Amino acid sequence: MSTITLLAITGIGLGGLYFLVAAGLALIFGLMRVLNFAHGAFLLLGAYFGWLLGAHLFGAAVTITTLQFIAVLVVATLTGAVVGTLTELLLIRPLYRREIAQVLVTVGLTLVIGALVVGIWGAEPKPFPAPAWVHQTTNVLGATVPNSRFLLIGAALAVLVGLQLFLRYTRYGLIVRAGVENRTMVSAMGIDVRRAFTLVFALGGAVAGLGGALAGVYFGAVSPDLGNVLLIDAFIVVVIGGLGSISGAALAALAVGLLQQFANYYVVGIGDLAIVLLLVAVLLVRPHGMAGTAA
Amino acid sequence: MTRRTPTATHTAAAESMSPRRRLQWAALLALVAVLVLVPFLDLPTAGLLPDRLNAPGTLQLLGLCLIFGALAMTYDLLFGFTGLLSFGHALFFAAGAYTFAIAVSVLHLSGPMALGFTLAVALLLPLAVGAVSLRTRGIAFAMVTLAFAQAGAVIVGQDPWHATGGELGLGMVYARLPDFLVGVANTRYLYWLSLGLLVVVAGVVWWVSASVTGRVWQAIRENEGRVQILGLRPYTFKLLAFVTASFLATLCGVAYVLLIGGTNPAIISAQFTLTLLVMVVLGGAGTRWGALVGGVVYTLLDQRLVALAGSHAWATMPAPLRVPLSQPLFILGVVFILVVLFRPAGIVSLFQPKPSTGPGAASGPPGRWRQRLRRRQR
Repeated sequence: MSTITLLAITGIGLGGLYFLVAAGLALIFGLMRVLNFAHGAFLLLGAYFGWLLGAHLFGAAVTITTLQFIAVLVVATLTGAVVGTLTELLLIRPLYRREIAQVLVTVGLTLVIGALVVGIWGAEPKPFPAPAWVHQTTNVLGATVPNSRFLLIGAALAVLVGLQLFLRYTRYGLIVRAGVENRTMVSAMGIDVRRAFTLVFALGGAVAGLGGALAGVYFGAVSPDLGNVLLIDAFIVVVIGGLGSISGAALAALAVGLLQQFANYYVVGIGDLAIVLLLVAVLLVRPHGMAGTAA
Repeated sequence: MTRRTPTATHTAAAESMSPRRRLQWAALLALVAVLVLVPFLDLPTAGLLPDRLNAPGTLQLLGLCLIFGALAMTYDLLFGFTGLLSFGHALFFAAGAYTFAIAVSVLHLSGPMALGFTLAVALLLPLAVGAVSLRTRGIAFAMVTLAFAQAGAVIVGQDPWHATGGELGLGMVYARLPDFLVGVANTRYLYWLSLGLLVVVAGVVWWVSASVTGRVWQAIRENEGRVQILGLRPYTFKLLAFVTASFLATLCGVAYVLLIGGTNPAIISAQFTLTLLVMVVLGGAGTRWGALVGGVVYTLLDQRLVALAGSHAWATMPAPLRVPLSQPLFILGVVFILVVLFRPAGIVSLFQPKPSTGPGAASGPPGRWRQRLRRRQR
């Protein structure tokens, strides 16, 4: 029983991490029909700037206070937002209406940022700072669960609720939702959809930056291939969930995280294969994903 | 499956007779002849290549360029000509490399047996993967192919049957291979093998893309619904393109493993397929030369910029310049972004007098083919 509890909670935690990376991808794809390969790079830069703050300003300690940790998370989030905004303004906007070229430009950007990170900070993993309580464990129904899993679950829930509130109850959320439904019509109403594009990139980048820092906590370290590793998982989550759907991505992240944990427990190393098979199965049965209606 | 009309073959024959075409053929043959003679040319390379032109190290690098050029052409057959954005092309290249290496080094088959075994895999694997993944289209197709390639990468990395060498890769055991393929002194034969592969791949890609089937592929890229309305089954044609491209990619994998002398799991990663995409777009997607040029230029830069970064002049540069410039992928990424932004038809469009750019030109020059198809229909 305690094993199942442990697997379930760690699985949900992993799902939380996947959701943090996938949410921005789903948001961007939903509105702009662009598969953003640079999302892994947003995440990477968020993680590294968070690490920089922790390592240099707070005295290179791996264990920091909760307040300092919050500062690290804020810096990571802001970094992601700034990089996302700049990407949209400088690279995506000039290629308006050329969607394949937009995807290609994000591929180029991952190469550039990945190479820069290796060039500046080296290829070896850097220990990521976190407060002491994150490294401790909590006893739940007889299972010893690392606290970082709860942190991930909490962050993912906060982001999910925050994004839904934003989309439901704000004017820009309304524009984004309308843009997902019918972009041309929104433009015809005299609303500048392109501002919503920038906003969506900023939001997606911010969530990715936060996800990067929390991935650093989850893995205990950040390394230059962090972005690529998580990006593929996030793609799988977004596609299973139905491209462009936030709630679909949340459900899919949960399913993928749980499946991976349980599969890995019963047959070591089969987890990656299991989610790939899940993806193929979902796509063949429902080509537009679980929540999708049209791609 | 292919509806060959007499008029179509007639016009194709008439086109190949024109004097301009003949000149192009002569130039092409001359280029191949020069490439064949490279191992006999003891020329200095002024630091562009690792050693003198016919040294084994240089020949290996050139061979690698030729193989990746050929591989990029096979990817262009899918992406540039048929409009299929696959993220799983690395799977078939790696399947060639790994199947051949395993057949020779683990199963201890003789050279021809191993090749026959690999060819069987080269035909059956893409048939199975293509038949399943082509049931989806667009982004979903990209993701299903990515998923298959990831499954392959997981199996290679975790190595459940102790055959692939896991994260370390698999070194070739040369005992059962013919002597001329073994040893540094025989690198020239491996170079010629790579050149032969490129000629075969280029020949097949060009021939097939100019055939009636190839025209249908391009029509699918332009407007799949219209092809269907004309009474053709896009699925069959797409599967044919998928199997052809993947089969040729598998051949490239065999040549690769012979040239390099082993495999490594990087060639089955999603990043490797992205590299192919970068090569194709860099050179010019959907053009005859583009992918080849892109593949060669990319490989050359990727391999040689590292050496350049280690040179003396480099060390005296200020850090903000030196650090990014010493990363080949940084330079390649920047060049790639600039090409996508300002030269969407790729490097080859620099040498073409008539610009074939236009809206959506990143996936090749569509207008020209539409015109030709229209002409053909008359």
